Amino acid sequence: MSAIRDIADNGLGGVQHNFLTGRVEDLVRWSRSRSSWGATFGLACCAIEMMGTGAPHYDIARFGMEVFRASPRQADIMIVAGRVSQKMAPVLRQVYDQMMEPKWVISMGVCASSGGMFNNYAIVQGVDQIVPVDVYAPGCPPTPETLIHAIETLHQLIEDGEIMRRRAVTGAGANVHIQEIPAGISTPVTLERRATV
Amino acid sequence: MNAEALSAGVVAHEVNGQQLLFVELSAYLDTVTRLHNDGFTMCIDLTAVDYLAYPSRKVPAGVHTERFELVVNLLSIAKRERVRLRVQVADGIPVPSLFDIHPSTEAMEREVFDMFGISFSGHPDLTRILMPEDWDGHPLRKDYAPGRIPVQFKGAAS
Amino acid sequence: MTTLDERPTATPAGGVISSAGAATSEGAQELQPRSAISQQALMREAGSVLRLSESAAAELASVAGDADEDQTMIINMGPQHPSTHGVLRLMLELQGETVLRCKPIIGYLHTGMEKTGESLTFMQGGTNVTRMDYLSPLNNELVFSMATEKLLGIDGDIPERAQWMRMLLSELNRMSSHLLFMATNGMDLGAVSMMLYGWREREEVLRFFQKVTGLRMNHNFIRPGGLAADLPPGWRDDVLHILDMLPDRLAEYEVLMTGQPIWRERLQGVGVITQSEAIALAATGPILRSTGITWDLRKDMPYLKYSEVDFDVVVGLHGDAYDRYAIRLQEIRESMRIVRQILDKMPTGNYRIQNKKVTPPPRGRIDESMEALIHHFKIFTEGFKVPEGEVYVAIESPRGEVGCYIASDGSAVPYRMHVRAPSFVNVQCLPHMMRGGLVADAVAVISSIDPVLGEVDR
Repeated sequence: MSAIRDIADNGLGGVQHNFLTGRVEDLVRWSRSRSSWGATFGLACCAIEMMGTGAPHYDIARFGMEVFRASPRQADIMIVAGRVSQKMAPVLRQVYDQMMEPKWVISMGVCASSGGMFNNYAIVQGVDQIVPVDVYAPGCPPTPETLIHAIETLHQLIEDGEIMRRRAVTGAGANVHIQEIPAGISTPVTLERRATV
Repeated sequence: MNAEALSAGVVAHEVNGQQLLFVELSAYLDTVTRLHNDGFTMCIDLTAVDYLAYPSRKVPAGVHTERFELVVNLLSIAKRERVRLRVQVADGIPVPSLFDIHPSTEAMEREVFDMFGISFSGHPDLTRILMPEDWDGHPLRKDYAPGRIPVQFKGAAS
Repeated sequence: MTTLDERPTATPAGGVISSAGAATSEGAQELQPRSAISQQALMREAGSVLRLSESAAAELASVAGDADEDQTMIINMGPQHPSTHGVLRLMLELQGETVLRCKPIIGYLHTGMEKTGESLTFMQGGTNVTRMDYLSPLNNELVFSMATEKLLGIDGDIPERAQWMRMLLSELNRMSSHLLFMATNGMDLGAVSMMLYGWREREEVLRFFQKVTGLRMNHNFIRPGGLAADLPPGWRDDVLHILDMLPDRLAEYEVLMTGQPIWRERLQGVGVITQSEAIALAATGPILRSTGITWDLRKDMPYLKYSEVDFDVVVGLHGDAYDRYAIRLQEIRESMRIVRQILDKMPTGNYRIQNKKVTPPPRGRIDESMEALIHHFKIFTEGFKVPEGEVYVAIESPRGEVGCYIASDGSAVPYRMHVRAPSFVNVQCLPHMMRGGLVADAVAVISSIDPVLGEVDR
């Protein structure tokens, strides 16, 4: 990636020839990270925030991810958005198996990451029991900023190549936990008992 | 709520401003049919409660309590009235299905069957609806544990 | 859609053999071949609703005229599907492109919320119910709080301002839910840009919610006794901003969708349901109103302050998908009308009842007074005890009648908490609406019902 970094830092003025050399692997990883297609796996409330992230205000199209393919055969990243019930678990695994390598999984929300507030008979306590997870995004639901942070973290891992190397060795997911980004507007808290407006 | 709809096996009650009818299982289908003819054409909700852990609940005199209670909410659009039926059901006793009078109860009765194990005779398709087909047990019964997994927190006492 | 390539055969247990994914097969819950089910079940799946003898006979004749099961194909749609509004699985029996039978299979989002509700206090219960219908979470919290208040006996003492605030939030929630319906309905029918427009407007409402409640979704803001906090200063300007922005945008939707010939052709006459069928199936909300029945709980069994605001109930004529779309679009305008009146009429006062039993002390007092600290601690850890009894309260959510049935045994947690979810009952209309239609219209029908699987499965 050094040729591209040079240009990013120094502009075309630093280029000596009219050739750019680099590794094919770098180019492949760069394009993979910037054109990943998501598999639709919106289950519950997190799916609404996921759709909100694709919406104009948060716009993941700038990261190349606005295309959500319904067919898992055409998708790269599966964003498990929502609580996975016992009945849904085999379906989740089947969809994951149908995805082509390279594939990654983002576990969006606390229900997908650990079962969330539903610690009971009906919910699988974390999708990592079923599929290897690469990035965990906390929140209930995660704000669109948090989801974008998770996606970009994953994109960076893809671009760096670490994730593929690790997967080849252990078969496990990257297990990256990110920090939740709270929504931007802060509201002043009134401590009085009666309102005046 | 007129006297016509009341008959043997039905005790009327009013609580919190809501009309309540305690109906014996033998008078259940009859009462619902009468109410349907009387204008209560929508069966808004059908659910059940397992009173295993609270057998001493307050009921009017003359009502013999059982383990389960079937709660049926009926609505009359013309009269803008609701009425709630509470039917005492013992464990293992099948209940007549309301499907022929109120087709809306198809999914509701399946849910009660799935969650409580109460079977409905005359229901067209009494299978589980929320749990997987091979699930064992009826989750909303009181002797069915919530199924929590123990979670360890750093510094927690328990 | 994924298709079962082989001809389905009935096993002795009644299940259909599927080549791949034996683990995902749900056995008897799936659509069985005709030879394997009872006549009653067959008629149900073919959409026969009414039990009157002549129409039952007529239905039977038409169902008997269906092709043999060798000539029909059972296909599976979902649960992972772009257009099923969540994890709804539909099995359709097709003859060519015509849908003969339909069976919705639900439970893929079953969360055990009613069981969880039995271990959460009444103060915590809002966090649980709010995630059922996640598109109108405030309405779920409202019905749960109202049921709790009725059991506590304080439902007549909720302060005026709290009631008007609840109404404001409930109506804004109705607007945001219907805007999402516009977006998803558009996208399901191919007007993909509608998805972006609908979300653009919804963001404004969500931003207001975030300013007031702290969260964009699943707020846990309406609590027994009132609300969690008061409206922040400057809220009027925010609401006015939304009200000023929306009418032009809705006019854009009219141009893009309502008057457009393609839209009309795709929705008019699709998914028709008649009045008696809707009542028999206990369909409520826009589905019932699209058949011509004027039934809206806000007008017919008013709660909060709906009897003091002026609004119309939007009713359709034909009971088809176009009517349901038009009803929801007009309901956004009616909600805006209500919100404008709320802006004028909002009183000053308390945002929650001042009853030591249910109201936590103001946060500022906790540092000063020991009793306040203990009081706060007790309410948030043990919870307040609710007297014995049971109650059913229902309100009008964007999808229909949402009701909450709570049975209390005198302790701090509900003994039984059941939510009557409108989508759970409305999904039963699907076989009837799909029968005889084309499979290409199946998506339009599902979309016009506007199901939310969180509340279907709970």
